[in-house]
Amino acid sequence: MMIKILMEHLYIVFMSVLFSVAVGLPLGVMAYLYRRARKPLLWTSELLQTVPALALLGMVMLVVGAGKLTVIIGLLLYSLLPIVHNTFLGLETIDPGIKRAARGMGMSKMDRLFSVELPLAFPMIFTGIRIATVTSVGIAVFATSVGGGGLGSIINQGIRTQNMKLIARGTLSLMAMAVIFDGAMAWIEKRLNRRASA
Amino acid sequence: MMSFFQMYGQKILTAIGVHFLYVLVSVSAGFVVALILGILLSRVPGLARLALPVISIFQTVPGVVFIGILFLYIGMKPATVIVALAIYAMFPILKNIYVGLLEVDRNLIEAAKGCGMSPIERLLEVELPLAVPSIIGGLRMATVYTVSWAVLASMIGLGGLGEFIYIGIATNNNALIVAGAVPAAVMAITLSLLIDWAKWRRAGKTGQQ
Repeated sequence: MMIKILMEHLYIVFMSVLFSVAVGLPLGVMAYLYRRARKPLLWTSELLQTVPALALLGMVMLVVGAGKLTVIIGLLLYSLLPIVHNTFLGLETIDPGIKRAARGMGMSKMDRLFSVELPLAFPMIFTGIRIATVTSVGIAVFATSVGGGGLGSIINQGIRTQNMKLIARGTLSLMAMAVIFDGAMAWIEKRLNRRASA
Repeated sequence: MMSFFQMYGQKILTAIGVHFLYVLVSVSAGFVVALILGILLSRVPGLARLALPVISIFQTVPGVVFIGILFLYIGMKPATVIVALAIYAMFPILKNIYVGLLEVDRNLIEAAKGCGMSPIERLLEVELPLAVPSIIGGLRMATVYTVSWAVLASMIGLGGLGEFIYIGIATNNNALIVAGAVPAAVMAITLSLLIDWAKWRRAGKTGQQ
């Protein structure tokens, strides 16, 4: 039973981060390319993260009904902030000399974006994905309130039945998951950065 | 719609008040503790090296657990919610106070020493004022988190806006979910804008970014 719940939790986190990257990365690029879209995009993603998690999930539930999909959409919206911001910042902080060199070589705007700018911004984007993943692990506890299962169900059950062991088991698994994700992705990040500076 | 407000209007106002009170009290308490601990950590580097990793691990514990465990020990009292939220609010503030104090330009501290300021004077008149932007950043994060986690107070039957959300989800009553979720979202956004505004005003006054 424990394994099933762990997998459920991982599934929710994985899917929401995946979709969040799929949505957030293009939005970050848009914020970089179109000056007019910048403020509304960055501001909206910030606003979304300000909304309390359970309130956001409740409102998503109104539209799509209870279940895992609600949780995944809710977490997706929540994870947009670090991904959109870091994509934008990563692209924005590239050495202007490199951008000019690429233009001087006659590369088109799209060529520059895909072969020069995005690869250079990738370490920064990855940091955003790491933050989104670790945050999602924690917020996915709320999944159980909207019928999405996951580790929150163990914790809630433990609290309801005053079972300290159950609470501890749920919490420790959750903490371990967050720390492992954080550590592993920080390690990858370090390697990316080293490669970028070499 | 009209009848909904007649039925729940008063209750929603009370819930907003209770929710706000939880946030205000626990963020203030968390701030005071964080300020003391942050100053302590910045004075004793060895302690910081030990404490900071522990703090970041603790930060991964979701608020539900703090409330849940304290509930088992303290029981169904407002103190349970406030202590749990204060602990949770403390982490981001503590981290930002520590980082803010650490990032103060060493030259300025040397200059303060050269002016004959005592360590306490240096802290109060040079280091803390320079760390204010970072501290406000932490305060903003903590406030937004706390508004979010205060929703959980209703999990142990202690009111706040979470009550509407939980009952709404449990009974599939959309109007109740909205009645809890929208004020909670508005409260979080308003508080974060207010803090941003305070930061912006202060930056304008002292001419720093």
